[in-house]
Amino acid sequence: MSKLMKKDEMMMGTATEAGSTSQLNTGSWRTYAPLTDYDKCVNCMMCWAYCPDSSIVVEDSKKVGVDYQHCKGCGICAVECPVNCIEMKLESDVTDEERDNEKPQPRD
Amino acid sequence: MAERVAKTGNDAAAYALRQINPDVVAAYPITPQTELMHKFAEYVADGDVDTEFVQVESEHSAMSAVVGASLSGARCCTATSSAGLALMWEILFVAAGNRCPIVMPVVNRALSAPINIHCDHSDSMGARDSGWIQLYAENSQEAYDNVLQAIRIGEHPDVMLPVMAALDGFILSHTIEALEINDDETAQDFLGDFKRDYSLLDVDNPYTFGPLALQNYYFEYKKQQIDAMEAARDVIVDVGKEYGELTGRTYGMLEPYRCDDAEVILVGLGSTTGTAKEAADQVREEDGIAAGVLKVRCFRPFPAREIAEALGDAAVVGTLDRAVSFGLGGPLFHEVRSSLSGRDNCAPMVDFIYGLGGRDMPLNSVKDVFRQLADVQKKGKTEADDIRYVGLRE
Amino acid sequence: MPTTNLKELSNMPELLSGGHAACPGCAGPIALRQALHAAQQDDAYVVTTSSTGCMEVVTSIYPNSAWNVPFVHSAFENSASTAAGAEAAYQSLKRQGKLDKDIKFIAFGGDGGTYDIGLQALSGALERGHNFTYICYDNEAYMNTGIQRSGATPKGAFTNTAQAGKVLAGKNQVKKDLTAICAAHGIPYVAQASLHRMRDYIKKVQRAVNTEGPCFINVLSPCPRGWRCKPEDTIRLCELSVNTRLWPVFEIVDGRLKIDYKPSEKKQRPMRDWLKSQGRFKHLFSPKNEHLIEEIQADVDKRWENLLRRERCDQED
Repeated sequence: MSKLMKKDEMMMGTATEAGSTSQLNTGSWRTYAPLTDYDKCVNCMMCWAYCPDSSIVVEDSKKVGVDYQHCKGCGICAVECPVNCIEMKLESDVTDEERDNEKPQPRD
Repeated sequence: MAERVAKTGNDAAAYALRQINPDVVAAYPITPQTELMHKFAEYVADGDVDTEFVQVESEHSAMSAVVGASLSGARCCTATSSAGLALMWEILFVAAGNRCPIVMPVVNRALSAPINIHCDHSDSMGARDSGWIQLYAENSQEAYDNVLQAIRIGEHPDVMLPVMAALDGFILSHTIEALEINDDETAQDFLGDFKRDYSLLDVDNPYTFGPLALQNYYFEYKKQQIDAMEAARDVIVDVGKEYGELTGRTYGMLEPYRCDDAEVILVGLGSTTGTAKEAADQVREEDGIAAGVLKVRCFRPFPAREIAEALGDAAVVGTLDRAVSFGLGGPLFHEVRSSLSGRDNCAPMVDFIYGLGGRDMPLNSVKDVFRQLADVQKKGKTEADDIRYVGLRE
Repeated sequence: MPTTNLKELSNMPELLSGGHAACPGCAGPIALRQALHAAQQDDAYVVTTSSTGCMEVVTSIYPNSAWNVPFVHSAFENSASTAAGAEAAYQSLKRQGKLDKDIKFIAFGGDGGTYDIGLQALSGALERGHNFTYICYDNEAYMNTGIQRSGATPKGAFTNTAQAGKVLAGKNQVKKDLTAICAAHGIPYVAQASLHRMRDYIKKVQRAVNTEGPCFINVLSPCPRGWRCKPEDTIRLCELSVNTRLWPVFEIVDGRLKIDYKPSEKKQRPMRDWLKSQGRFKHLFSPKNEHLIEEIQADVDKRWENLLRRERCDQED
């Protein structure tokens, strides 16, 4: 658990810094994990558009991975994918290899 | 060059707003504040100010809009009375918690029911724990001076809190008095510029304002506010001195009147303290009562230590309350009494609740109050909760 | 020109970070996120406000924030008046030469904060003509406080304050037509949008933020928890809401209404399908309540006919 700030370490009033929820881990909420078949993926970006947790990692208009630290496993991406290249798999059944495959990396 | 003019209290406060030239004013009509905003609208219509004047659909939105504007780095003002202040209630706390140095003349008026448009202090007294600094004016001169100083007090980096500058409805707001106004250059040099350290409109450094702070952080936020209110004590006095050097009118937390040798001291705030000064002069002359008046200019932060010092040698203390805390007498009474608690020879105290709903408090009534206090002095004691009602038929 | 191309938009820096606390499958963050990406285009910046509610709570639990654009929450009923104040400050500071950025203001609110408690502040801000866009993410009940009925809750829906029991069958009143109320202010741009038509939603946000004056967009925002539906079905339900004609997608530009999409006979679905798709309507399928399904269908049909009539009138000349 992170250390709590003391009174005088806090900004005056109720301002706080932008975008810092990205430090948090909501991936632990997941029951099912999305697994992408990158060979089938056509980079239409529907999964990016519909991800409530901003967890589709994109580089140069290409899907390059899934951010498992934040993905809650809702499964919207799998339902909305027009080429059915995303499978939802029970988290406990996901292999290390499958997990590694979703780490952001170049896809050709 | 300062100039001597005749203005109503509303007009005087509006003139101060003109010199403040706020970036944003958001306001909604309510008697007796209306004339203040009529006058300000004239300044807007004539291009005398750069203000974006937002004529909102309620006081709730007035306060919400100035909070949004203040967080955006704008110098902001609004004004209200009575039910209007009550409707702002929720956002008063948001303004203070978000550290928005909004300045708001409050033209004091009674609260419903029954509906009544005249002066008492139940509106601003009810908001005394909302985290706002509160200044009370005895006359139009002070209304004008307080509104100007409120900007400097609220915007001080150690403070960053909103300020209510209260003036009595109708008694001050609609009565023409002579007062001295500063020339624009003097006023504006005194006011300086407002710069918020971090602003909603700083798009290159985006901040989030108004997050949910739970058990782990809410308390620290509140202590920051408490510290700011404490810091305001020195700032109010310093700003009052600086203003005095400019204008010859120095302000502090309190204004004692003939208290040095007084045995009977009446503590009050607002316009009635002017009447009380005259009453003190007259009962000294006519009745031989060693009377004094202690005017409380700043009610939040409450000058407890200063009050205790000023009342140190009094034989009897009376308080004038134009508001009631149902089931507990008047708020001023209780706060003055708690200021004195723990001190040696704590004087007997009587609370005089007066003027609710604008009931007149003429000179003779205040003189009578002094005579009642002199009687208590003779007896040397009174009941623990001696609360009396001035001018009430019962 | 701002783009609606998802491939191009997906290269933008993320404006709503993950790690927020919305329930899995919540449509709210989708609506927020893509509104931000839509609006922060060219040289324009977005400044946002939000009413108290799910999206405010889940995105800004101190000391963290999901927002990568300036954001302010003040209270429940004042997203519009807070935005109005910020916009007034912007106009004032810009006029005085103290600020030179091009800023678009978006006020967000849920249905409780918009249809109900915030309606007065919204109406005032629309009437005064502030240059801002209000986006209501409508999940049809007070979800943040634990699923209570709002003016946006449809007839027959179960909520914790309009329960389905022996004598009552969920909410007994029909949904308020907020979009029409906003349009009645005569503001330059009003739209109703559905997230399953994402490019249309993005286009509408862009039209709104680039229109001078107050604009309003209402977007249906399925809530898996409150609607008793599967999280993965969120966007499918958006599509169904449009194909049942329950949630028509349209624009009203300078007072003229145009429906963006009319389901073909093949695509059109009965309300029965909509009611079946969510647990909040489950009780309607008991024999004693089934007559309500006809009533609900009749109400949807009537509203659709009225909309078509209005479109015909508006597009006549």
